[in-house]
Amino acid sequence: MGVEGIGARVVRKEDKRFITGKGRYVDDIKLTGMTHAHFVRSPHAHAKVKGIDSSAALKMPGVVAVLTGQQIVDDKVGNLICGWAITSKDGSPMKMGAWPAMAPETVRFVGQAVAVVIAESKNLARDAAEAVVVNYEELPAVADVHAAIKSGAPQLHPEAPGNQVYDWVIGDEGATDAAFAKAANVVKLDVTNNRLAPNAMEPRAAIADYDAAEEHFTLYTTSQNPHVARLVLSAFYNIAPEHKLRVIAPDVGGGFGSKIFIYPEEMVALWASKKVGRPVKWTGDRTEAFLTDAHGRDHVTHAEMAFDANNKITGLKVKTYANFGAYMSLFSSSVPTYLYATLLSGQYNIPAIHAEVVGVYTNTTPVDAYRGAGRPEASYLIERLMETAARQLKVDPAQLRRTNFITQFPHQTPVIMAYDTGDFNASLDAAMKAIDYAGFAGRKAKAKADGKLRGIGVSCYIEACGIAPSKAVGSLGAGVGLWESAEVRVNPVGTIEILTGSHSHGQGHETTFCQLVAERLGVPISQVSIVHGDTDKVQFGMGTYGSRSAAVGLTAILKAMEKMESKAKKIAAHALEASEADIVIENGEFKVTGTDKAIALPMVALAAYTAHNLPDGMEPGLKESAFYDPTNFTFPAGTYICELEVDPGTGKTSFVNFVAADDFGRLINPMIVEGQVHGGLVQGIGQALLEHAIYDANGQPVTASFMDYAMPRADDVPSFNLSHTTTLCPGNPLGIKGCGEAGAIGASAAVINAITDAIGKNNLEMPATPDRVWRTIHAA
Amino acid sequence: MYQTTYHRASSVDEAVSLFGKSSEAKFLAGGQTLLPVMKQRLASPSDVIDLGKIKELQGVELAGDTLTIKAGTIYYDIMTNADVKKAIPAIAHLTSVLGDPAVRYRGTIGGSIANNDPAADFPAALLALGATVKTNKRSIVADDFFKGLFTTALEDGEIITAVSFPVPAKAGYEKMRHPASRFALTGVFVAQAKSGEVRVAATGASQSGVMRVPAIEAALKANWSPSAIDGVTISANGLLADIHGSAEYRANLVKVMAQRAVKAAG
Repeated sequence: MGVEGIGARVVRKEDKRFITGKGRYVDDIKLTGMTHAHFVRSPHAHAKVKGIDSSAALKMPGVVAVLTGQQIVDDKVGNLICGWAITSKDGSPMKMGAWPAMAPETVRFVGQAVAVVIAESKNLARDAAEAVVVNYEELPAVADVHAAIKSGAPQLHPEAPGNQVYDWVIGDEGATDAAFAKAANVVKLDVTNNRLAPNAMEPRAAIADYDAAEEHFTLYTTSQNPHVARLVLSAFYNIAPEHKLRVIAPDVGGGFGSKIFIYPEEMVALWASKKVGRPVKWTGDRTEAFLTDAHGRDHVTHAEMAFDANNKITGLKVKTYANFGAYMSLFSSSVPTYLYATLLSGQYNIPAIHAEVVGVYTNTTPVDAYRGAGRPEASYLIERLMETAARQLKVDPAQLRRTNFITQFPHQTPVIMAYDTGDFNASLDAAMKAIDYAGFAGRKAKAKADGKLRGIGVSCYIEACGIAPSKAVGSLGAGVGLWESAEVRVNPVGTIEILTGSHSHGQGHETTFCQLVAERLGVPISQVSIVHGDTDKVQFGMGTYGSRSAAVGLTAILKAMEKMESKAKKIAAHALEASEADIVIENGEFKVTGTDKAIALPMVALAAYTAHNLPDGMEPGLKESAFYDPTNFTFPAGTYICELEVDPGTGKTSFVNFVAADDFGRLINPMIVEGQVHGGLVQGIGQALLEHAIYDANGQPVTASFMDYAMPRADDVPSFNLSHTTTLCPGNPLGIKGCGEAGAIGASAAVINAITDAIGKNNLEMPATPDRVWRTIHAA
Repeated sequence: MYQTTYHRASSVDEAVSLFGKSSEAKFLAGGQTLLPVMKQRLASPSDVIDLGKIKELQGVELAGDTLTIKAGTIYYDIMTNADVKKAIPAIAHLTSVLGDPAVRYRGTIGGSIANNDPAADFPAALLALGATVKTNKRSIVADDFFKGLFTTALEDGEIITAVSFPVPAKAGYEKMRHPASRFALTGVFVAQAKSGEVRVAATGASQSGVMRVPAIEAALKANWSPSAIDGVTISANGLLADIHGSAEYRANLVKVMAQRAVKAAG
């Protein structure tokens, strides 16, 4: 592998600038003549906008303009779109209400913008925004899914009667009913998957710069996928044609899905920049992040699992209500359907599955993909069901899982997915060994003597990553393809630039992608740079989410590398007067195998660009590009086991041990993979113990700051014990499955299974706050 | 933050004089509450008078059975002070679990009690130890000083100069942290005075701010041990409730934290 090749624990190249304060984020960028935007946002969850009086604000110092929702509609800026079409079980398309970038007539969640103030400074804009008088007529609001679907509930959108976006089904209902009719045992469970606020460290931000002479826009924004942003802004929002719009996503401080979407603020900044003839900057604050960044999860589910007399699962029935908030965000429709229900088979052989998902509008912040996106909800449900079943059937929870594991691959589940490979027993064995599962009973008894309730919880997760084969997702309603592109440029001096459509916002691409080049060419990673996040530099890309950058993005780079290497070998063979088939690449040199004849990469590159002595008919230059479209999803899987203690006096949970045995296929940089797992596990633990975005019955957010929304801190989580049980992914040449979301997908069930084991009661909702656990312990 | 005028006072007298000249002034101690509130635009003082550089407000003194902490002393200096650790280790402990390191390097005892946040730690120590609050005008005993949520006996422009604690026979403080804010979800300070008097104060629990807990005081007076509190029932009436702790849960915490504080006090 070499010291910097695939599998090496190379220190991250990008960290030098991050830890010395030299990162360049959107808010660090200052343009000449730049103005600042502050939005006037609704304090009401549901209201009619009867009038907006900007006269006082316009007289405030430094105010350039006050622009309203009616103006943006009048200027024919398009409404926000949802890019994945879902069809209800009755054959009707999903029912969506219009979402203008600023509300001209009706606001439907607290924080929705109705106007924007453009001023000479951020503070002046904020001062003036307070002077904008909005006359609202309050309407009844609804925040809870069950309340929203009741007859007589406040209605959000006339297009969606009963607040229902869709009622979608998957699987074979008849076969599933038949399995339940013959079941020896049926296990039932109601679970809520709590709503989360994503809370990337860097809040969202945008700078729009309109050049009137060129009729050209530049947008700097906190995006995980700048090309998709440009595509949507051009094709649907009428901002500008693609060649007149450059989108730059520079250093971005975390995304977790929340920065996939194109938000109203970017649209307004672009539109306003043209209106005022100056650059417009908007940087959200943390309160705006809580109010307007797309939230995650928020499912309410009833599920039943049927078993035969041998404890084999024979069927699964699921009904889920998904809270979408007030509007359908860009990929929201796909999250509780094709990213959720298609994973309901878990790691298990389940012959019949039927799931129904009802998507519901409420007067809350829109909900969309958040780290894991649908797959955490599926994994949590299945793993809570397995634990409940083990308790009900009085069998060891690990053994019940083993009894039902899929062991033959490929495996076609009843819910679309075809698992390509895996070894679920191997990861379960590794995790059980690491935590000394066999010795748990003794430790529990000892803890009891010390007055503590000790529990152990298993979670065997699987996810579909490497998103995604374009033809497959297209057939399911996706509005885009999900391939990736790359370009390899070898400069005349032999240094290398990799242009990628993937976007790094914490993942370490500037290191891992260089490691592939080091592996193949034997050059140090210091001679390689990664170019990403700029639509003027990189031809196209679908961006980073769904654990796809290595499995899809890096494979695209590999394809481009292979083309480049093929041409370079021809040049080397010509220079060395050897056969192309005899050329091998080692340590930065092209060698004639079995001889001491060699030519260094810089000489090959120089030859390509001087073009003085190239093979007949060869074009000069050494630059190749490739698009890679995966043939299947990848299926990372693993087992997490958590051991913890509950203090019966306070209900507080303390971790004793947390082990993770993951199968991510090939690892490029194990250190970076561990970091990804750590972060994911902490987010999963955060969901299980701490985090919950709460609204009161009238749609007022209760958790709009860190004083109320509990983010996990370092002392809330244990040191993790990680290991890998690897089966290579057969779907891509590098054998990569992806690692970005696993921790967040698998961790929460392990924690709740452990707490419920400790306290001896099965029903416990997330987050398992000390209060909630204490009340559950002491409930009659 | 709205525009404001900043003043740095070099003496208590100068601070009082500046206050008198301003329309809506606020004193700034460590700024751990006032500045975030101003940044949120929830407070808009015309003038901010910084007390942080006033020398006469700095320091700790132990004289006989009285520990005096000057109002502007930051938490870090309190928790590391040898006299505090010797005379009332429970105060050193309370300070060491107050906020986070950044807060402990800026926040002050005077700022904490003047603000009287219902979930602040120090009010419980003052109340349980029977401390006396010294101001530029008078002395106020703790029982008279705390008047409910964010309310104290302080008059307009009055500045706390020090807090005097009688050194107790035994004292202990334990709290359950609020999962989000890390303030005290509930904290209980127990103290047995050298006279034998037992005083117990709970913070974070009551809708009226820091409170004495007579039922636990009586139980501990009879028998200074954690098990003495086993039979005590704390009513949830009048207790705070929020998404992180119901009133019933806080009532339980008053009892459990009191037991643990007694154990810690020895």
